[in-house]
Amino acid sequence: MDIGGTLVVQAIGFAIFIWFTWKFVWPPINEAIETRRTKIAEGLAEAEKGKAALAEGEKQKAVMLKEARDQAGEFKTLNEKQALALIEEAKAQAKAEADRIIAAAYAQIEQEKQKAKDQLREQVASLAVVGAEKILQREVNAQAHAEMLSQLKGQL
Amino acid sequence: MASYNSPTDYISHHLTNLKVTVASGWTINLDTVVNSFVLGAVTFGILFMVARSMTAGVPGRLQAAIELLIEFVNSQVKEVYHGKSTLVTPIAITVFLWVLVMNSVKLIPIDWLAWVTHLFAPYWRPVPTTDLNTTLALSLSVILLVIVFSVRAKGVGGYIHELFCTPFGSNPLLWPFNFAFQLIELVSKPLSLALRLYGNMFAGEVIFLLIGLLGAVGVGGVIVGGFLQAGWAIFHILVVALQAFIFMMLTVVYLSMAEEHH
Repeated sequence: MDIGGTLVVQAIGFAIFIWFTWKFVWPPINEAIETRRTKIAEGLAEAEKGKAALAEGEKQKAVMLKEARDQAGEFKTLNEKQALALIEEAKAQAKAEADRIIAAAYAQIEQEKQKAKDQLREQVASLAVVGAEKILQREVNAQAHAEMLSQLKGQL
Repeated sequence: MASYNSPTDYISHHLTNLKVTVASGWTINLDTVVNSFVLGAVTFGILFMVARSMTAGVPGRLQAAIELLIEFVNSQVKEVYHGKSTLVTPIAITVFLWVLVMNSVKLIPIDWLAWVTHLFAPYWRPVPTTDLNTTLALSLSVILLVIVFSVRAKGVGGYIHELFCTPFGSNPLLWPFNFAFQLIELVSKPLSLALRLYGNMFAGEVIFLLIGLLGAVGVGGVIVGGFLQAGWAIFHILVVALQAFIFMMLTVVYLSMAEEHH
C-alpha cells in the first residue's frame, strides 16, 4: 500500500468537487426547490381560502333558499285566505240574489193569487146575480141593486 | 483476455494499482485518480447541467430524480446540522454522490472491466474506494473542514481552549489528559471513517474475486459462480449505498459537532 501522492491528488479533487457543488450545483437547485415549495404553499393556502369561500357561499345559499321558501309559503297562505274570502263573498252574494229572486217570486205568486181571488169573487157575484134573477123570474134592476151587490161581493 | 498462473495471481492482479512516478518518491495510482476524477466529473457535470436548466415549475424526469437525491441529502443535513453555514449541504452532496458512484463501479462485473483495461494497461484497479488513498483523502479533508468549522465558530483561542480544557475540565493538571484525548479523537475520526469505507469496499471486492475464481473450475463453476455473483451484487447494492450514506452522515455529524460549544 502506497499512501502519499494519490492521497494528495484525491484530496485536491475532493476540494474541487465540493467547491463546484457549492458554487454551481447547490444554489440553483435549492432555489428552484424553495421557490416551488413556496408556490405550493401559496397554492394550498389559496385552495383553503377557496374552500372557505365555497362553504360561506353554501351557507348563504341555504339561508336565501330558506327565506325564499318561507316567503313562498306566506304568499301561498295569503293567497289561500284571499281565495277563501272571495269564495265566501261570492257564496254570500249568490245566496242574497237567490233570496231576492225567491222573495220576488213569492210576491208575484201572492199578487196572482189575489188577482185570481178578485176575479173569482167578481164571477161569483155575477153568478149569484144571475142565479137570483132566475129565482126571482124577473129582471133585477142592476143599477137599483148595485149597492146591495157590491156589499155581497165584499162579504165573499 | 489475460491469463493468470494461479488463483493468488488472479486476485492480486485485480487488486494492484497502476503506479506512475511523477517525481522522485512521488508515485500516483493512476487508475484510482483517473477513475475517480472521470466519475466525479460525469456526476457533477450532470448535476451542473440539471442545475442550469432548473425550473421551479413542473420538473422533467431527470430534474425530479436529481431533486429527490438532493432533497434526501438536504433533509438529513437539516436534521443534524442547525448552524448557519451554507457549505454543509454541498459537502454532504459531494461526499454522498462521489462515494456512491465510486462504490457503484463494483457492481460492474470485475472481469468485464479488466477485459477492457487490459487493452491499454497491465494493471487497472477499477473501484477508487478500494484504494485507501481515496478514503483517507476524503476523511482527512473532512477532519480539516471540521477544524476549520471549529475555529470559525469559536475563534482560534476558543479552539485551543477546547483542545486543552475539554472534556475533563479546565484545571491545568488536566490539560495533558484533555489534549491527549482530543488528539486521539482527531486521529480516530478520520481513521475510522476511511477504514470503514475502505474495509467494506475492499472486502466486497475480494469476495467478488473469489466468486470469479469459480469460473476456472468448469461449466458447473461458471453456473454456480453466476448465481453467486448475482446474489452478492444485489446484496452489494445495499452496501454500496449504505457506506456512502454512512460516510455522508458522519461527515455532517462531525461538522455540526465542530460548531457546538462545550
